[in-house]
Amino acid sequence: MNTDDGYITEDGRKIGGVVMEMKNITLRFGGVTAIKDITFDIREGEIRAIIGPNGAGKSSMLNVVSGFYVPQEGEVFFRGEKRPPLKPFEVARQGIARTFQNIALFEGMSVLDNVMTGRLTQMNSGFISQALWRGKAEREEIENREICERVIDFLEIQSIRKTPVSRLPYGLKKRVELARALASEPKLLLLDEPMAGMNVEEKEDMSRFILDVNDEFGTTIALIEHDMGVVMDLSDRVVVMDYGKKIGDGTPSEVRNNQAVIDAYLGVSHD
Amino acid sequence: MFYREAGDFSTTYREDSQTFPIKFDRYRYYAVLLIAFAIIPFLLNDYWVNAIFLPFLIYSIAAIGLNILTGYCGQVSLGTGGFMAVGAYATYKLMTAFPEVSMVVHILLAGGITAFVGVLFGLPSLRIKGFYLAVATLAAQFFLVWLFNRVPWFYNYSASGQINSPERTLFGIPITGANTEPWAVYLFCLVFVTLSAIIARNLTRGAMGRKWMAIRDMDIAAEIIGVNPLTAKLSAFAISSFFVGVSGALFFSVYLGAVEVGEVFGINKSFLVLFMIIIGGLGSIFGSFAGAAFLVLLPVLLKNVLVTGLGWPTDLAAHLEFMIVGFLIIVFLIVEPHGIAQLWRVAKEKLRLWPFPH
Repeated sequence: MNTDDGYITEDGRKIGGVVMEMKNITLRFGGVTAIKDITFDIREGEIRAIIGPNGAGKSSMLNVVSGFYVPQEGEVFFRGEKRPPLKPFEVARQGIARTFQNIALFEGMSVLDNVMTGRLTQMNSGFISQALWRGKAEREEIENREICERVIDFLEIQSIRKTPVSRLPYGLKKRVELARALASEPKLLLLDEPMAGMNVEEKEDMSRFILDVNDEFGTTIALIEHDMGVVMDLSDRVVVMDYGKKIGDGTPSEVRNNQAVIDAYLGVSHD
Repeated sequence: MFYREAGDFSTTYREDSQTFPIKFDRYRYYAVLLIAFAIIPFLLNDYWVNAIFLPFLIYSIAAIGLNILTGYCGQVSLGTGGFMAVGAYATYKLMTAFPEVSMVVHILLAGGITAFVGVLFGLPSLRIKGFYLAVATLAAQFFLVWLFNRVPWFYNYSASGQINSPERTLFGIPITGANTEPWAVYLFCLVFVTLSAIIARNLTRGAMGRKWMAIRDMDIAAEIIGVNPLTAKLSAFAISSFFVGVSGALFFSVYLGAVEVGEVFGINKSFLVLFMIIIGGLGSIFGSFAGAAFLVLLPVLLKNVLVTGLGWPTDLAAHLEFMIVGFLIIVFLIVEPHGIAQLWRVAKEKLRLWPFPH
């Protein structure tokens, strides 16, 4: 569709063309329709929020974007091309990274190793080279370590880089998970409730990191979040879902004044 | 006080990612290598080699192999005995078919053949996990033992159904058969052990090891970040089986010399190697050695204390051994599920601060 034009956000950032486009997506689990005929797009460099009450289908939507679920109907366009049904690891190789609602870190590994797993798609040295730790394997290890260390610096987790993840508190785990996603230098970053279960201070930190990531690396971000204050502050455009349907789409201020959205959140009297 | 890393800085990522980033550890490692290669061969006699060193070295390779699969990649296998048998019979067939080719080649080829068989039996792991996979590998164990028992081609139609390792030499020195020198077989196995450990360590600290550990810790997340579960799991099966095959080949050709498959490579062997990595420590190369040493040395020690020292009857000592090993396994599972390797890590952390722990 309109891949050419962008728009200027309220705070003056230039948003580019469409990176990802979801067209008439319908997802069913047996008899349950989790997502019903949803269309929306994500543009280059923007922070796109998906909100909605519990059970609205937000996480399912994110799973469709990340390729974990394949919708029964509808098409997904990534960077202008129609995406065939892919396996999750193939989607990761296209440059889509994500974090999870419940932390999905590798508990038995150190923080550094966890972040380094984010680079696995870029590491393709041969078996012999790896077994001998010579040549390409060693070179790759060092190059990718440098990229990971930049992310570690950026997210201020240097002091825990050798700590096993299982010893970390919740807030730091969330940050390490973001680091792992960032390490892959994604073109599109999906965050599933990055601030769930955090206190105000941790939320502020996380918000700052999300804004910085978007600002410094120009990463396109799609996020799900329940904290309305955070969503309204962070995001450029918001999709509102309820019962698997899209009930609103637009800038935070547009969405805030949308009657359907207000009804969904505050309830509506049936008389 | 004795063990410290103060003043020991890594200034490059290369230095930081080496196996022993701490200088003290590194020198200890060199010292162990020096003793193993340059001093022990001169002190060996038949008893020491056959009772302690050969089983320890060979089981270490098997434990490293199983540890890659179970400890690093999280796929439980009860087929270790069967895969060792594949290594043993492959060497036997190769030794008798190509007598002029070097034993090193035969053993490596046997490892390769075992890797192939391991991948075949690893295919179910793409669909099933945990207990169910363990049962599937159990099928491999029983099937392989049955196969080598029932198909005479594997034991060259010998009347006894056994396989016997003919004499083969390396640089003119016999390493298999009846006329071997203790130091020669020891060094031969030691070279394989050292290389196995180095290769296993290199693989597990690099990209491949991270893929395995990612699959072990959370397979769904691993897939989302771009790990192909098919190649990750099958490569773990292949490399693990390679090491197990090499250990089986050495176990037959160098250590025992004659093998009856059901007796030597039965389900007991699978459990023994599994216990080694559980006691030694899952997901640790050092743990593989520690576990192998523990389960090889314990019976020898008990026998020496109970039979030679206290004069108890041999059968009583043998039964006591079963009870003590079983008891220790339960104790380990409860007290330290991460095994001797974890005890070692904790000891090192304590030693760093000793004698001023605050």
